[in-house]
Amino acid sequence: MNLESLYQEIILDHYKHPRGRGLREPFAAEVHHVNPTCGDELTLRVQLDGDTVTDISYDGQGCSISQASASVLFEQLVGESVSNGLATTDAFLALMQGRGQVVPDEDVLGDAVAFAGVAKYPARVKCALLGWMAWKDAVSQAVAAESPEVAP
Amino acid sequence: MTAVHAPLSGLLDVEAVRADFPILSRTVRGGNRLVYLDSGATSQKPLSVLDAEREFYTRHNAAVHRGAHLLAEEATDAYEEARATIAALIGAETRELVFTKNATEALNLVSYSFSNATAKAQHGRALPAGAERFVLAPGDEIVVTEMEHHANLVPWQEVCDKTGAVLRWIGVDEHGRLDLDHPEHGLDAVLGERTKVVALTHQSNVLGTVTPVRRVADAAHAVGALVVVDACQSVPHMPVDLEALGADYLAFSGHKMLGPSGIGVLWGRYSLLESMPPFLTGGSMIEVVRMEGSTFAPPPQRFEAGVPMAAQAVGLGAAVDYLQALRSADDTLTGMAAVAAHEHALTAYALESLAEVPGVRVVGPADTESRGSAVSFVVDGIHAHDVGQVLDDRGVEVRVGHHCAWPLHRRFGVAATTRATFYVYNDRRDIDDLVAAVRHAQSFFGVA
Ligand SMILES: Cc1ncc(COP(=O)(O)O)c(C=O)c1O
Repeated sequence: MNLESLYQEIILDHYKHPRGRGLREPFAAEVHHVNPTCGDELTLRVQLDGDTVTDISYDGQGCSISQASASVLFEQLVGESVSNGLATTDAFLALMQGRGQVVPDEDVLGDAVAFAGVAKYPARVKCALLGWMAWKDAVSQAVAAESPEVAP
Repeated sequence: MTAVHAPLSGLLDVEAVRADFPILSRTVRGGNRLVYLDSGATSQKPLSVLDAEREFYTRHNAAVHRGAHLLAEEATDAYEEARATIAALIGAETRELVFTKNATEALNLVSYSFSNATAKAQHGRALPAGAERFVLAPGDEIVVTEMEHHANLVPWQEVCDKTGAVLRWIGVDEHGRLDLDHPEHGLDAVLGERTKVVALTHQSNVLGTVTPVRRVADAAHAVGALVVVDACQSVPHMPVDLEALGADYLAFSGHKMLGPSGIGVLWGRYSLLESMPPFLTGGSMIEVVRMEGSTFAPPPQRFEAGVPMAAQAVGLGAAVDYLQALRSADDTLTGMAAVAAHEHALTAYALESLAEVPGVRVVGPADTESRGSAVSFVVDGIHAHDVGQVLDDRGVEVRVGHHCAWPLHRRFGVAATTRATFYVYNDRRDIDDLVAAVRHAQSFFGVA
């Protein structure tokens, strides 16, 4: 394990040139997540059109891993259906929590496979997950808001 | 690499010290030498401490203060001897020293005295004589500082929430010193008739700042408040003289001063300890127990419920012996004075070396006046987590984040810093490796 395999080119590129950054309107739900161990913060909004994720906008401050991960999330999930988005999230979660033992599926994860190296640094897993957990929270709020009559 | 530096004066014989710490000779992350610069979080342990614990378990182990057999006697003696050794280090009476699991628990012990006394008073229940000092009324004030570790902040916020007291705080100036003369958040502005407690750190775990405890304590006592000092970063690093400090309580952790984890210390003036209601309750802390109610043992037993951490206490006693036996290489200083001089020299060298790196900014005093060895910094354009990752890749182990002082970081407008802390086993080479690794991080992330 070395630095280059943790900080893949794709990650550094997303960090330096984040895609979709900045908070936009309209949005169906907004969440604010923090990583209490390091103080990193992320505000994230989700907009849906029926079952399609039409926008994920975000802003915050944090390390290269957390910021790049939010950028990749934007690129991977916008335009997808909610269920596809959640399936990708589950795959990403499994990869991150796999301690480097999970073989990532590039078809599902796209650029997010670049984060495979992070799984070998337990202290950084939370950084990579910050945006994804925020999105998961926001999308479930957005879906719940759209169908208030359906009790969980 | 070719620069020849004059030897630093005031150092310990680091080679000899390092030989006592086996962990320092291991390698990390692909064969790198371990450069341990995170003693502010927890220190490494010398063999004598590990041996003392092992000796306790292999020869004397029994439940302290229970039972009348030989082992129980020996275990109790070892535990109480450790108490005496640690008390002597800070010039305290032995009976004024309470063992806790860490400084956090010690600080909670004091803060809970206030909320417990207040709750009992509200219901007209029995309290020790003199406990009125611990009974808070809504609108009473508790004063802390903006540079506190969460361990000396959150417990006081809790007391306020439970009693209706109000939290106030002394500010920090841009150099990282307490802003005692500030018109709005200085001493005169913040302290008043309703101040019941002033809780402050003796040395910031982030900035390294040594605070003028005496001045604050005098002002606090003038308005009748009690003074609680978080000595987590002072007792391990410098001579601390209770008499000169003027505090009423002092809390520190064993694991930050070469001792084992699981042991901390609360010192309190005996008359105060006597008038405090108990904190944790159960076995060993009672006087008489009946179904209708119980009475409690005098301090320190009143505050040591349950079978205590005897081996850890013995280990901490051995750590104190180790610290007190240290001598500076030129033989001019011994004990904690030698430790302080060693760290002073390293801190000066670290501040100088980091000042030479463009894009690196130290958060905290830039000079070594009233300053301990925590050196926290930001590297422009690189988040502290990423700095720490590159350093770790080269074996340089520092702390990154807010170091449990989130409001202080907010005060300086940064989310996170990289922190190096030094101790008796660090030397100039460690700082050279730190600085080289910081430069490497800058080139890795393309910011220099
Ligand atoms: C200044 C300060 N106060 C309190 C603490 C809490 O110590 P512990 O976690 O050992 O209870 C620490 C260390 O973490 C500290 O540096």
